[in-house]
Amino acid sequence: MREEGKEVKNEFVRSVAEKKYEFGFTTEVHTEIIEKGLNEEVVRLISEKKGEPDWLLQFRLEAYRHWLTQAQPTWGHVHLPEIDYQAISYYADPTAKSKKGAQSAEEIDPELMKTFDKLGIPLEERLALSGTAVDAVMDSVSVKTTFKEKLSEKGIIFCSISEAVKNHPDLVRQYLGSVVPYRDNYFAALNSAVFSDGSFVYIPKNTRCPMELSTYFRINARNTGQFERTLIVCDEGSYVSYLEGCTAPMRDENQLHAAIVEIVVMDNAEVKYSTVQNWYPGDAEGKGGVLNLVTKRGDLRGVNSKLSWTQVETGSAITWKYPSCVLRGDNSVAEFYSVAVTNNHQEADTGTKMIHLGKNTRSTIISKGISAGKSQNSYRGLVRVGKQADNARNYSSCDSLLLGSQCGAHTFPYMDIHNNTATVEHEATTSKINEDQLFYCNQRGISTEEAVGLIVNGYAKDVLNKLPMEFAVEAQKLLSVSLEGTVG
Amino acid sequence: MRSEQQYIELYHEVSDLIKSRSCEVMNSVRDEAFETFRRMGFPTRKVERYRYTDVDAAFAPNYGISLSPLTVKPSAYIYNIENAPIDVSPYYHQIADPLDAITALNTALVHDALLVHVPKNQQVADPIVVDNWLRGTAATMMNRRILIVMEQGAEATIIMGDHAADKQQFLTTQVIEVYCHDGARLDLYETEETTPLCSRFSNVYIHAGRDCSVKHNSITLFNGQTRNLCDVYLRGEHSEVTLNGCVIGGGTQHIDNNTLIRHEVPNCASTQLYKYVVDDKAVGAFAGKILVEKDAQKTTSQETNANLCASTDARIYTQPMLEIYADDVKCAHGSTVGVMDEAALFYMRQRGIPETEARTLLKNAFMGQVIDQIKFEPLRQKLYVKVEKRFRGELDKCEDCRLCK
Repeated sequence: MREEGKEVKNEFVRSVAEKKYEFGFTTEVHTEIIEKGLNEEVVRLISEKKGEPDWLLQFRLEAYRHWLTQAQPTWGHVHLPEIDYQAISYYADPTAKSKKGAQSAEEIDPELMKTFDKLGIPLEERLALSGTAVDAVMDSVSVKTTFKEKLSEKGIIFCSISEAVKNHPDLVRQYLGSVVPYRDNYFAALNSAVFSDGSFVYIPKNTRCPMELSTYFRINARNTGQFERTLIVCDEGSYVSYLEGCTAPMRDENQLHAAIVEIVVMDNAEVKYSTVQNWYPGDAEGKGGVLNLVTKRGDLRGVNSKLSWTQVETGSAITWKYPSCVLRGDNSVAEFYSVAVTNNHQEADTGTKMIHLGKNTRSTIISKGISAGKSQNSYRGLVRVGKQADNARNYSSCDSLLLGSQCGAHTFPYMDIHNNTATVEHEATTSKINEDQLFYCNQRGISTEEAVGLIVNGYAKDVLNKLPMEFAVEAQKLLSVSLEGTVG
Repeated sequence: MRSEQQYIELYHEVSDLIKSRSCEVMNSVRDEAFETFRRMGFPTRKVERYRYTDVDAAFAPNYGISLSPLTVKPSAYIYNIENAPIDVSPYYHQIADPLDAITALNTALVHDALLVHVPKNQQVADPIVVDNWLRGTAATMMNRRILIVMEQGAEATIIMGDHAADKQQFLTTQVIEVYCHDGARLDLYETEETTPLCSRFSNVYIHAGRDCSVKHNSITLFNGQTRNLCDVYLRGEHSEVTLNGCVIGGGTQHIDNNTLIRHEVPNCASTQLYKYVVDDKAVGAFAGKILVEKDAQKTTSQETNANLCASTDARIYTQPMLEIYADDVKCAHGSTVGVMDEAALFYMRQRGIPETEARTLLKNAFMGQVIDQIKFEPLRQKLYVKVEKRFRGELDKCEDCRLCK
């Protein structure tokens, strides 16, 4: 009887495992791709194509020279394949044709429009959900940013980072690299050298951003890497909620995605950053997929500032990502909520760093890992309380759920406490789905499949509840389980 | 010059002498261990398992090496390795990690080893006591090697104590290999009461067969710099292992406990409880990993590390890790770093208990949880008293052995 139940469950797990990647199509659009390879000339070429000022070129070159002295890190619990950095093209521009043609720069290739429509990201403002402004980035270029004008009425700057470099060079120069310096790590140096588009957000003092800002990243071209760079500055007393989504076509070879996100939070400001990451995870045999090697960090510079990271990680062959917070301002509050789902041969090593430097700072870490198939899912986190950080408070909870006998779930938390008034708690559990819970559901006429769905969803709820509504819906779908019978 | 160089030179100078004073089983692995050490050198702090202890600095002073033979009181279960009643070659340097630099150095330099052997189905009622006195008139390095073999169904309690009899710089490396055959039960206690001048690097490796019960308690009451590593290999089903640790640090003491429990087979249970109280400028570190291999279904595992940081200059590092490759398991770990409960302090002061007294009571209660786990009654009672004295600042040296000055 029990064996039978196990069969059904395995069947269900398999069906989840074999679920097709919905966003795996490619777009046939003329894309201008520069020669493969990486050297100083390429860095100069990217800078030239973007018409950047000299200081930014110098910034890139310094980063590139630093990158040359570094070696790819090996400490993660992932099997990062040998990456041939010379076999990748560092700049791909799908909008090149329209710029060259007679059409005005404002007009977008209908193919691109269609692509984003298909992804559920309409670029025409009248079609868009009224509450969200979108910056759509394909390969190395921002295709369009919606609601720019409406936002600028309030003094909010929301545009691609290339535009920001042209129109607001002082702001970019002041903050770029101030949270994640190019010396931070190997991939940060690489990104700083070759970064292309990403979003720039500036919220002026005492402004509550009236809509959700969002960036949608799409990798399309073959053999290219995406190196986006996002910079969010939230000035005193302001609030912004920012969403990030991403997909890529199905390809047999690995694609490299090495991004940097920098967030600056001033006095009494609040930033909420949500990610639904759905890069192509590779096929059932672990072939292909995106290598997602990302550095994300927020600097809570002001007093009473608040930053909240929420992430739902379902895609990517390899995820190596630690959205972190530096709690510099007194009374600052940081939160990290994460659901990471790995399947087939996916490997995720993700978590956060909470660096407490100011007094009376608080941080919360809730991490939920779900592993299935032959995947490996790790939480790696650091909580550091500095000597001056009196009355720091941290609570971390990391749970892992195993849906199969061939997957792995790991927890590597680090706590460095240099202050005697700190209270730091960490707890973690790893288990499979509780047989009693399944039995309880079965007893009440709920099929094993639905029951697993229910339990997984309930398990991830702490995190999903933190997502903005539209995103939560998508995330729940991504968790690939039936939600019938649940409310909210 | 990095400090391994002087040990490499030392080995070239004294290896013949060591070999002449040692026995064949130890000599047979010596050169290979030295070669490993020479190749690897001391681990830097970038090596994951040595993050919290600066090995290079600890081995930097110029120590003389002690080559005096072990004194073993004639007893039924303790032997010098030459007089072993069993063939020790299947045990010596078998479970110890040959790629650990400290183990490799110990294997290369150690001249004598102790064997504790409990025969089949023998239940030893009285505890077996192994005391280590560090004596010397100059800075001295001791290399200690202990082999514990528990035959099928054997039962024993072993109490090991580290004492420093002279106020000298002592450096101890210790490798203990424990083999518990099916159905064996072992309680192993290690207490350390040395001086701030002592450095100790201890590696304990435990092999557990079927239906075993192994308890390892490591109690650090007073020391200089200590690094204890404990690796457990659960290789037979239905075994259980408990690792407990009690650490009290003050002054500039440094205590680093590093554990790894490897569940290789199904149906085993492991529990860990490590508690630290660190004061002054002391540093406490705990890194524990539970590794559940692919086929080790029905594993249950619990790891707890609780720390009390009692001064602004004290530091705590904690790193409880889970690495799990089997799905039908229940593993949990918890780790806390905190301050004393203000409400409890207030309650006691309200009732006329002075603040320092109240704080001592709370610290005592906090440590009590670990001491309570000690099964051997006389040791438990002794430790209650010692821990309390330690918190009152009255215990700054080993008090119950006449040798310690």
